[in-house]
Amino acid sequence: MAAGRTLAEKIIARAAGRPGVRAGEIATCAVDLAFAHDSSGPRRWKPLLEELGLSLWDPAKVVLASDHYVPAVDADSAAILKLTRDFARDQGVARFFDMQGIAHTLLPQNGLLKPGMFVAGGDSHSPHGGAFGCFIAGYGATDMAAIVATGETWVLVPETDRVVWSGAFQDGVVAKDVMLMLCRALGMDNAFKVIEYAGPTIDAMAMDERMTLTNMSAELGYDTGLIAPDETTLAHIRAHGGAVEDDALSWRSDDDADFAATYHFDASKLSPQVAAPHSPANADSVRAHAGVKIDQAYIGACVGAKLEDLRMAARVLQGRKVAAGVRLLVAPASTHIAAQAAKEGVLETLMSAGAHLMPSGCGACAGMGAGLLAAGETCISTTNRNFKGRMGHNESDVWLASPYTVAASAVAGVIVDPREMLGAAARDAA
Amino acid sequence: MAERLREGRAWAFGDRIDTDVLAPGSLMKLAPRELAAHCLAAVRPDFADRVRDGDVLVAGEAFGVGSSREQAAVSLKLLGVQAVLAKSFARIFYRNAFNLGLPALRLPADAVIADGDRLAIDYRAGRVDNLTRGTAIAVSPIPANLLAIVEAGGLMAYLKQRGAAQ
Ligand code: SF4
Repeated sequence: MAAGRTLAEKIIARAAGRPGVRAGEIATCAVDLAFAHDSSGPRRWKPLLEELGLSLWDPAKVVLASDHYVPAVDADSAAILKLTRDFARDQGVARFFDMQGIAHTLLPQNGLLKPGMFVAGGDSHSPHGGAFGCFIAGYGATDMAAIVATGETWVLVPETDRVVWSGAFQDGVVAKDVMLMLCRALGMDNAFKVIEYAGPTIDAMAMDERMTLTNMSAELGYDTGLIAPDETTLAHIRAHGGAVEDDALSWRSDDDADFAATYHFDASKLSPQVAAPHSPANADSVRAHAGVKIDQAYIGACVGAKLEDLRMAARVLQGRKVAAGVRLLVAPASTHIAAQAAKEGVLETLMSAGAHLMPSGCGACAGMGAGLLAAGETCISTTNRNFKGRMGHNESDVWLASPYTVAASAVAGVIVDPREMLGAAARDAA
Repeated sequence: MAERLREGRAWAFGDRIDTDVLAPGSLMKLAPRELAAHCLAAVRPDFADRVRDGDVLVAGEAFGVGSSREQAAVSLKLLGVQAVLAKSFARIFYRNAFNLGLPALRLPADAVIADGDRLAIDYRAGRVDNLTRGTAIAVSPIPANLLAIVEAGGLMAYLKQRGAAQ
């Protein structure tokens, strides 16, 4: 009895031009879109392409964004940005987004991701875009150079773990809490598998929240994260200028597909989570760590500074002030998101509360931009990794949490359960 | 075309050796050789000084977890490490290793290799001989496409060969 196929198997089979593939096989796939940023892209590709005597296989299928070193803080970062710009011009990359935000954010913002696509990214958080039902994984520099030179790559067809969520979240519990909890529950050693999110709770989520799930699939170690497309997905693509094909909704796992494992979770039982230093797997309920004193609160990154994330922070900060002795930094994931937040009054709320507006880019998340930490300092952050030294000094501490929890902690000056403030906000409004 | 790698000494490490331990993020501006001198220093300060050409890295689960930085595999290669044997690998590290001509082999859960053991590896046959203990360990054979890449000396060399053949 042949079982049905998983979404990952279907996409890989299409990209490989084969009638069907099964987990465990190796397939050579044609790449529909390849992207990279200023740190992983041109500066690494250029010497390798020269060594091969090749140029880009198809500049129209390559997307570049400058996000890690922007804006330049010294001559070295300025030189990397110049090299990136020169490369994009010389190689004819029309879709080069210079200082417009984080690469992962810019792909869906420009309607470039569609269900069924096979996408290769020069960054470990490439799974971000898997929320659109495409197979999108991260690759190292040599792999990426070969991909942009030849337009193809090999893939070991992964098994799929399926995570099914039902029930409604309590107010103040969001996708970020789901992922921190899963880092603890599933661990970080899930290579050569993909994770697929499904169930009524996921169906009810906005795309910004779904992208948090697929983004942090990287922390779990999966090749990528996938969510089958639905009307919410298609509406987002159309609203961002993308064309949707008639068969777009057919990109989903068959009901009788062979999943490696299926896990069921009840959303109503989840509480706000934090991950203690220095691993996302150190997740626990916020209440278990309430009272930890913070020096900085950071709302930024591909995973944590989407428009929905900024709205969450504004909901907490409305009519409140950041605690004395705490600095709150907000780096919207793209300039477009910053403009939208300005239009909605979200930025005004954040800045009236005392937040500092930072450039749209990776900033402190990559440990390269402004907003880094000194030895002995503690930061609570909406980012996705808290490895030792990632946001500054090796002896600094980073806690990971949702935008609600980060904003509430900025107000309290210590780690706090945001439901307390959200409850108060609801009562005040009544 | 090496069917069998040279005999080498095992350097044994635990689970979840991450890319920051292999190639510290704060030192990424250093030249590759200088960066390699800090490889694994956080868990074994004398490693880079004492490892010899042909030695073998042995580790537990999720070897190479973390960022996509290729310098993690580059550093091992520059230090002369012939192969990495681990119970499991992070996907991007696994690909990077082969792309740089460094074979990565998956060990069975019950494999016994101690620090300092002498190993001989036949990666075509999927066999590791522990010469110190007189045991043979079966490892999953390398898929054919990766064998071609590693035997060419890495992905760039492989693509050049393929280009020349066309
Ligand atoms: S924001 Fe952080 S996690 Fe996202 S791409 Fe940039 S450095 Fe990586």
